[in-house]
Amino acid sequence: MRLSPCVTQRIAVTILWALAATTIAVLLFIVAFILTRGMPHLTLEFLTQSPRSMGREGGVLPMIVGTLWVAGLAVMIAAPVGVITAIYLTEYTREGRLTDVIRFGADCLAGIPSIIFGLFGFVFFVITLGMGFSVVSGALTLALMVLPTIIRTSEEAIRAVPRSYRDVSYGLGASRWDMVTKVVVRSALPGIGTGIVLSIGRCFSETAAVMLTAGSALRMPTSAFESTRTLALHFYILAREGISMPKAYATASVLILAILAINLCAYWVMRRFVAKVR
Amino acid sequence: MKEATKDTCISLILLAVAMSAIAGLAVIAAFIFREGLPIMFKVGVREFLFSSAWYPGEGRFGIFPMIIGSLAVTVGAMLIGGILGLGCAIVLTQFCPRRLADFLKPSIELLAGIPSVVYGFIGVVILVPLIAEYLGGPGLSVLASSVVLGVMVLPTVTSISIDAIQAVPRAYREGSIALGATQWQTTHMVILKAAWSGIIAAIILGMGRAVGETMAVIMVAGNTLDLPHSILDPVRTLTSNIALEMGYAAGDHRKALFATGVTLFVIIMALNILALMVSRRRARRVGA
Repeated sequence: MRLSPCVTQRIAVTILWALAATTIAVLLFIVAFILTRGMPHLTLEFLTQSPRSMGREGGVLPMIVGTLWVAGLAVMIAAPVGVITAIYLTEYTREGRLTDVIRFGADCLAGIPSIIFGLFGFVFFVITLGMGFSVVSGALTLALMVLPTIIRTSEEAIRAVPRSYRDVSYGLGASRWDMVTKVVVRSALPGIGTGIVLSIGRCFSETAAVMLTAGSALRMPTSAFESTRTLALHFYILAREGISMPKAYATASVLILAILAINLCAYWVMRRFVAKVR
Repeated sequence: MKEATKDTCISLILLAVAMSAIAGLAVIAAFIFREGLPIMFKVGVREFLFSSAWYPGEGRFGIFPMIIGSLAVTVGAMLIGGILGLGCAIVLTQFCPRRLADFLKPSIELLAGIPSVVYGFIGVVILVPLIAEYLGGPGLSVLASSVVLGVMVLPTVTSISIDAIQAVPRAYREGSIALGATQWQTTHMVILKAAWSGIIAAIILGMGRAVGETMAVIMVAGNTLDLPHSILDPVRTLTSNIALEMGYAAGDHRKALFATGVTLFVIIMALNILALMVSRRRARRVGA
């Protein structure tokens, strides 16, 4: 039997809407589920105290500090390298074999699973370079992991800068370097910022790679060469070892709220950037 | 210094920094292979890849069940994530009022940032008991991991598919509608056909994420060493094998975990290169 086009149209649209509704419902449900169970336990003491008896009591302050250290340091290392790579790819060379190779490297790096980064960080930073389980080992590993994101977003942002900006600054007698640093990068800054903010979010949510490089010490890290435990890993340990469900929900809530805030911030910056370029 | 010499110097310095991504990739590959390959050859590549005996204490390392586990979980995840994500992308680009789509697309992208451990946790708390009660088995299973990973890759698959569909020139759609095709005919005969390679690339990238996911899978897969016989059986994947045993492994055992990493690395690189080739073909076609 052949259905008329109008009937197929109706059936297809119904099925597609059902799929879309399921997708959105599932994703919203996850956020709502965690937040409704976590928020009641999310008190000021939880954010400002150290954990006691393996995390059964107390709060998550050392983990918040540890996460900020690791993510901050990672992005401080990856951002300059990524932005410079993007500048080279867009302003200092022509499309050719070399740019293909660099882009291929970045694309492949982006696809490598975090556990492989973890293994690498473990043999290279922790053992071979003798940094031990520490904030630095974790940060260097994560820096490699977020590098492709920063390269990609910066490249797109730099490409979006209108040609006329470049022509005008050359016309005014600027050298290429002046043109790039004072005109192009400056106008691409919000776009570059978005990439950096998104990378911070990725560092926050990473677990496998930091477990093998930064370790899982519960105490407050006092230097970059000490082991620390990030929020995501703390949540994993609390939940997996069944240490304390209320604390696990509360930790997950902190994590989700922080990441949503970070992504929202990136999105807002990007919107303003797009509006400005148009 | 003369302006031209200065420019060349800067250019060279920038080039050196720009090589860091590819250098990073090379160093990662070198170290993983250096640690993992010797043990692979010592046990025998065939034995390592196709034997089911994983007894680190006796020096026997076979990862066949884990390869099958990774494969099963990934295929399941892509069935769920691929269908839901593609459906969602089609609705948001073709059938949804503009206002609503402008709100929903960024919301889905925001959700891409939820840590994978959270997905795994939800799996343990909600999905696993449901499966155990209604379908039988221990609950911790191929099915549970597939669903968790499928949902985890949803935002990725959806947003890349949306980009692929939006890259189809407007004229195609308008031409098809003008010929009297219904919206659905236009969508599946014209738009999906034109966007196909982009969608395939999205699905391959999603697969890469699913194969590579570790912590979420550990939480819901059950992690037994046996070969799974049904989707309700527990499994262990390549990634979880590494993360579970790395904490206490030493000597040959640790090297065998690196060899597991080598296997994973090869699979991922194959998927990456496949995705790149597919999307490059599209770029060339759209360009021409």
